[in-house]
Parts: sequence; C-alpha cells; structure tokens
Amino acid sequence: MLAYIVRRAAYSVVVVLGVLFFLFALFFLVTKPDDIARKAIGDKAMPAVIAQWKKNHGYDRPLWPGPGHMKDNMLVEHYRRMLTFDFGRSDADDSVIMDRIERGAGPSLSLTLPEFVLGLTFGIGIALFVAFFRETYIDRSAVVLSVLAMSISSLLYIIGGQYLIGKELRWFPISGFDPSWAVRARFLALPIVVGLFAGIGGSVRFYRTVFIEDIYKDYVRTARAKGAGEIRIMTRHVLPNAMIPILTNVVTEIPFLLMGSLLLEASFGVPGLGSLTVDAINANDFATLRTMVYIGSLFFVVGQILTDISYTIVDPRVRLD
Amino acid sequence: MTEILNSYITSNLIVVLLVTGGVALWRAISRNKLWREAFRSVYRRRRIAVWVCAVYLAIGLSDSIAWVGGGQVGTDAVARHEAKTLLDRAFGDKKEKSYSAPFADAEFYAKSPLRFPGKHVLGTDILGRDVLFVTLKGVRIALLIGGLTTLIAIPLALLMGVLAGFFGKYVDDAVFFVFSVLQSMPSILLLIALITALPKSTLSVCIALAVTSWVGFCRLSRGETMKLRELDYVYAARALGVSELRIIWRHILPNLTHLIVITFALTFSSQVLSEAVLAWLNIGVEGSWGQMIAQAKNELSRDPVVWWNLAAASIALFGLILAINLVGDAIRDVLDPRTARENQ
Repeated sequence: MLAYIVRRAAYSVVVVLGVLFFLFALFFLVTKPDDIARKAIGDKAMPAVIAQWKKNHGYDRPLWPGPGHMKDNMLVEHYRRMLTFDFGRSDADDSVIMDRIERGAGPSLSLTLPEFVLGLTFGIGIALFVAFFRETYIDRSAVVLSVLAMSISSLLYIIGGQYLIGKELRWFPISGFDPSWAVRARFLALPIVVGLFAGIGGSVRFYRTVFIEDIYKDYVRTARAKGAGEIRIMTRHVLPNAMIPILTNVVTEIPFLLMGSLLLEASFGVPGLGSLTVDAINANDFATLRTMVYIGSLFFVVGQILTDISYTIVDPRVRLD
Repeated sequence: MTEILNSYITSNLIVVLLVTGGVALWRAISRNKLWREAFRSVYRRRRIAVWVCAVYLAIGLSDSIAWVGGGQVGTDAVARHEAKTLLDRAFGDKKEKSYSAPFADAEFYAKSPLRFPGKHVLGTDILGRDVLFVTLKGVRIALLIGGLTTLIAIPLALLMGVLAGFFGKYVDDAVFFVFSVLQSMPSILLLIALITALPKSTLSVCIALAVTSWVGFCRLSRGETMKLRELDYVYAARALGVSELRIIWRHILPNLTHLIVITFALTFSSQVLSEAVLAWLNIGVEGSWGQMIAQAKNELSRDPVVWWNLAAASIALFGLILAINLVGDAIRDVLDPRTARENQ
C-alpha cells in the first residue's frame, strides 16, 4: 500500500508539473507579456511605460531557457515561483497574492463547508428515501422533480433566493459579510440555502441511480431472505456498498471547498477565494488567475490520493498495490 | 476567424450543411432497423420534448438564413446594407426608447407613448428592444454554443480515446497524461483561464467549453475501446489480415455510436448552462440568455419591478434545457444496453 501511495504521489507531481506547463503556455505563450501589460495599464500606453511595467512585474525576461540565461527566464521563474508558493504580486493592484489567498480562505470555508455537509446529507438522505420507494409515485415524481430542478440555471436560484427570501420575505440580508460569527451566520444563511437548492436535484438523481444499481444485487436478496427489514437493508447493506461512487463524487467537490463557490460568493458579497477569482477576471489579473488554477489542481490531486486511500477503508476488497 | 464566423454567407452555408447532413442522417437511420426502432421509441416516450427541440431548432435555423436588401427592414443607409435574417424580417424594426411592460401603450417609467403601442408581447428592455425578439435571437446563440462545443469536443475525445484504448502503451500513456492534467484543474477555473487568455469571441468560449468537457467522454471511449479490442471478432479480423485502421473503422467505432449519441445529448445542455454562468461573470457570449439574465438581476431591485426581461430569458433557457435533458435521458434509456435491459 505504501509503495502504491508513493507511486501515485510521484505521478501526481508529474501531473502538477504538466498543469504548470499548461498555465505557462496559456499565460505566457497565448497571452504574451505585452498583452498582459496592455490589459493592466491600458491599450495606448507608451512603449517605455509598458517596458517599465514588465520590469516591475518580472515579465521582462526571455521566455525560454537559452545560452546566457539558463536560469533567468520566464519558464524557470514560473516553475520556481509556483513550486515554492512565492506567487508574487497581483498584476492589477500590486497586492501580495499569498496574503489575499490567506485572507480569503476563511470566508470561503465558512460558506462552502456547511453547504457541502448539508448538501451531502440531504442528497444522500433524500436519495435513500426515494430508492426505498422505488417504482412508486414517490420515486417517479422525485425523478421528474430533480430533472426539473437540474434544468433551471443556477443563476435563477440566486436571483430567486435574493428576491423571494431577501427582498420580499426579509428573512435574511440580501448580501454582505461580517467577521463576527453571529452576524456572519445571518449573512451566510441565504447563500447556503440557495446553494442547497441549486445542487439538490443533481445529487438526488445521481445518488438514487447509485442506490438503485445496488438494490437489485444478490446480497440484498440474501439479506431480505434472512429476514432483514427494508430500512435495515437500505442503511446497513446498500449504503455501505454504495460508498465507492459516493466517495468518488465527493472528492471532485473538495477543491471547491477551499476554492470557494465562485457564483455564490460573487453574488452574495462573500470576500472569499471565489470573489478573489471573479475580481481577477474583471481586472485582467493574470498572476492571480494562474495562481488560483494551480492551487485548485493541487487540492484536486491531493484529494484523489486521499480517495484512493479511503477506498481501502470503505471496501476491504480494494487492495492498493 | 471571428469575422468568418459572424459573416452571413458562412451562416447560410452552415444552414445548408446542417440541413443536408440532417437529411443524410435521417436516411441512414431509416435504413437501419435498429436505429429506426430506437428513434421511434424515443419519440414515443418523449413526444412533446422532441417537438420542443424541433421548434427551437427551427427558430435557430430561421435566424441563421440571412441576406442583404429586399424589403423595408431598416430605414437608414447602414441598415440597408446589413444582412437580415428570416427572424429579423419577421419582426421588423420595432424599437422603443426604454422599458415598457407587455402589451403596454406607454413607456414604463417615462409614461411617454410608444411608437408601437400594444405590439410588444413581452415588453421591451432597457434599450427599447422587443424582449420576445431578443429572446428568440438567443435561440441561435444557445444552439451555437451547445452545438459547436459538442462538435469540437466529441470528435477530439473520440480520436484520443480510441487511439489510446486501441494502441495502448505510449499512446495510452500520453493521452492519459493529457487528460489527467486537464482534469486536475477545477473546470470553472480552467474555463475562466482559457477564456481570459484567448481572444474575446464566441469561438473562444466554445473552444474553452470544449477543452473542459472532452475529458469525460475521452475516458469513456478509451475504456470501451479497451474492452472491444479484446473481443473475438477483433482477433478474427486481425488473423484475416485486416489493417488496424480498418478494424477501428469497421469494428470499434460502430460499437461506440450509441455512446456518442448519448454523450452528445447530455453534454449539449450542460454547455448551455455553463455559458449562462460565464455570462454572469461577464465573460460569456454576446446576446445569450445568460447575458440577459445577468443584466436582468438588477431590474428586480427596481420599484416597480421589471420582470418580463428575466422571465423571458429564463423560460426560454429552461425550456431548451429541460427538453434536451428529457430527450437525452430517453435516448440513454433506449440505447444504453445496461439501462435498456432494466426497462424491459
């Protein structure tokens, strides 16, 4: 198992290096440093001003390694900075990117973590309930409802939630944020509820399929023959056996826990990492954007290794070697 | 490239290609018994949804056929030399100055009389454009986003997946590495990075959506090809001296067609929804429903509320996505051997 994890981690390192090269291609070859400078200070800037800006932001080196500048070039510098977590300063307002990320992680987590836990509980709970009543009207209407819910754009959940709960009913403030926990909870309630509604259709449908696939297997029939009740079958037999697809699905969500929910944060004024990314788009802040993509892929890669390990815990048949 | 994409001659050409392609596909389907049965069964299950899709397609096509001159569309010299689509001509030039409610006789805020009182079924937006017209214009853009993206993503994914699955070894390692890299970046961030780095155009958005969505299907087709490669008839073909490419063409690809059709339907709708999110972040396609919704979000805070703009775009978007989702599900139920057995 240890050998597997080491090998897996080594491959992940190679993948992350690949991601960094992809980012280099995107942000240095497709969008050239000159374009970045022009987007930051304006199309009509004088060549001398652009040269000075590029010098200040470290964009004035040659792109590729070559004779005389084997170490002092963009490619090596890009890898060095990313791998040592020295992200430098924003292209837009010269703030230190690492500071902003540290400041944004807390607000992001306080929104995504409760939403994630509640979404998972409700999703699995409702799906179990629906699978329990399979092939009845409860099941059929739940499937229809979840397809309807999935067909509504997430933008409408946000607008609808803000209008109905925020403006008309006045239960919670429409948007905003506060560091103190008591006030923060009031501000975060609405985005959490909206996020739950936006995601519930897809997850109920997904988990229902997972459970239904298992429900017709032989071990369920055996359990029933032994006299186990339907509720016991669902919770003690079907649920543990469906853990593998559930875990796989959960892991793809993990990067977003820390990266924050872009849409929710931007619409509800939560100053987290999602808002940071949205601000970076609007300000053409390429340095911040590539940092966020890099961090996102780091989380994903680590999450994948953790899933593989957790497979062995939920399913003793899985051996990592 | 953008100019070619926006020119009306290309647009007309694409309509011709689509229609001939559609007719050819229709004839191919009606000749093959299995496919004919499958499509009949999809139609029987989801009659309304299939018709809704057809209506959207018809609107999209009518907004793609364009020509210059002829008729009284446009009053000034510039407008006379602009290509107008069938849809433009059907609606004519019914511009107002600002917001007006559905069937209103006067402007919503200024209360000054309208140029075309009672003619705006869904009212007008902030620029005085007829909302029904703007919404119908969005159909073509939504279909373009969904269609173009899937048409880029699926052939790419299929090529890479089949090559990787069939030849294995180095090819497989290379393809596996590429999709591991793309998959490890959270898709929304990858989308944003691609769109901000590429030049701003509809094509860029479609390419970005395609790059983020081909991985899933590539993985699927790679796995299927690996299974098919080991089957007896492939061994038999190889023993008879059939070339590798011919084996792929005759024995592997036909066995992947059902997956292609299913994936086409299911990715189409998710692309259109993704574009709506991008429009909300100001990096979407000009004139899409997502953009209409994003612009309309501030209208709800006005008093009295301007609702028709938001309602029109959302209902149009919802209708298209729901219809495609329902048809896509039906296609999967009919074509996927796993679920097909369950339904018998």
